[in-house]
Amino acid sequence: MSVDTATVRKIASLARIAVSDAEAEALAPELNNILGWVEQLQEVDVSGVAPMTAVIPNALRLREDKVTDGGIRKDVLANAPNAEHGFFAVPKVIE
Amino acid sequence: MSNVTELGIAAIRDGVRDGSFSAREVAEGFIGAIEGAKALNAFTVETPEHALAAADAADAARASGQLKPLSGVPLGIKDLFATKGVQTTAGSRMLEGFKPVYESTVSGNLFAAGAGMLGKLNMDEFAMGSSNETSAWGPVLSPWRRNDGGNAALTPGGSSGGSASAVAARLAPGVTGTDTGGSIRQPAAFVGITGIKPTYGRCSRWGMVAFASSLDQAGPMAHDVRDCAIMLQAMAGFDPKDSTSLNLPVPNWEAALSGDIRGKRIGIPKEYRIEGVPEEIDRVWEQGIAWLRDAGAEIVEVSLPHTKYALPTYYIIAPAEASSNLARYDGVRYGQRVAPEGGNLQDMYEATRAAGFGKEVKRRIMIGTYVLSAGFYDAYFNQAQKVRALIARDFERVFEEVDLLLTPTAPSAAFGLGEKSNDPIAMYLNDVFAVPASLAGLPAISVPAGLNAQGLPLGLQLIGRALDEQGVLNAALAFEERAGFKARPEAWW
Repeated sequence: MSVDTATVRKIASLARIAVSDAEAEALAPELNNILGWVEQLQEVDVSGVAPMTAVIPNALRLREDKVTDGGIRKDVLANAPNAEHGFFAVPKVIE
Repeated sequence: MSNVTELGIAAIRDGVRDGSFSAREVAEGFIGAIEGAKALNAFTVETPEHALAAADAADAARASGQLKPLSGVPLGIKDLFATKGVQTTAGSRMLEGFKPVYESTVSGNLFAAGAGMLGKLNMDEFAMGSSNETSAWGPVLSPWRRNDGGNAALTPGGSSGGSASAVAARLAPGVTGTDTGGSIRQPAAFVGITGIKPTYGRCSRWGMVAFASSLDQAGPMAHDVRDCAIMLQAMAGFDPKDSTSLNLPVPNWEAALSGDIRGKRIGIPKEYRIEGVPEEIDRVWEQGIAWLRDAGAEIVEVSLPHTKYALPTYYIIAPAEASSNLARYDGVRYGQRVAPEGGNLQDMYEATRAAGFGKEVKRRIMIGTYVLSAGFYDAYFNQAQKVRALIARDFERVFEEVDLLLTPTAPSAAFGLGEKSNDPIAMYLNDVFAVPASLAGLPAISVPAGLNAQGLPLGLQLIGRALDEQGVLNAALAFEERAGFKARPEAWW
């Protein structure tokens, strides 16, 4: 399969990355090149093989359901590009 | 004491303990060396005050008889580790100015063991690269040059390029690296130092900027095997804050270090002899085999049939995980924000990520988004996860017959800056020998083996069974004793 500039624009939109027309033009052959190369995996017989989920056997742990920290709003907001009234501030989302 | 920067971790620790020199002298020595090595671009932030404070604490601890395992040892920390109050960028413009309010578990462990921090080390952006050229802060230069009299700038490898350069140029006796698909081992090989990636889960990933979570693993880079053992011991350990952290005791790797590998069976995987690899790589590999045989190991040819699929498998899984992990850079909670005048939230996300990410990072996010998207998930991502299981199974089978594997670390010596940056796949091929062990989560070390005809270091890799860091370190020590690698770059910087 081949990625065209329309597909590049769609992927870029899903990935939330703005691309110019020139960038989309340049990215299409680059992505095709890489996807063409990884295509060789299709030749591997994987019948009966379960997809790997954990590389070293390790069960997910449960912990007691209780609050372990909190009260650090200042720290949470310390690196925010824009914080107002103790909240993260973003452009208006409701018209 | 004018030449403390010549010393490694063990020598510094022991010298401080014995009173041969003070920890402050050591810290000042390295701070001076860093000051004089700006041309290498190895550091993104220098933190002399941190190193000096730890040194003074070490000197006080010595006076009161309370030295810790790394008291007096100043280290470099890869900029992928969140360091409290110190800018942490992961080599990306996206995180310019980001000062974490917390400490990563690994750096915290090292500081709790008495180590100080000399600074943060430059790296490929979000660890995506094999030459350090994708860093937003410019490429790191290797301290090595070819012996042809020219001054062509060479890469120290990547993504832990600043880490590699700093140790090779004696700007730090040891540093942290991280390895997703070879980012500790390939740069260690390129600059003639030692670096180990432990078993996945040994070192906590908490506070380590995420690239591909099922592969990311921290490890030390230093002058020799013993120094790596000492540092790894301090870095590793169970951490409830990382769900994939292994709840196992940390062995005393240094105490059990022994170059006696008589009777060990060492496998030579035939699939690692690939076309197009320069003859000098084969030659150094043969030499390494001879050294291990001399140490009393039995050499066995083995087969890992799915080896050739490891790299394409990696370049589906790693970008897929990266596209998910890097979704957090949205311009809301930390990092850069670009908000176009009159734009909505979506416009802000898109503009922020277009401006904050570099070319290679965007490329990988897009590949990852594509292979995870509806209609392609099974053909790409699921298929890769299945092939990954087969690659891991290859290793399991081989480790029923042998104790360790010996392979080249990288398919070439260090190359010049710019030589491969226009061809992503040529760049990816750097990690052809490193990626399989990453996909299988196995411990693997790169040790310097010799110089090529151009006077540049070449490394070999030892891969062990899961959790057998001791076996890997011991064989590496036997190797090191026979290789007697003492070459070092001449200071031009």
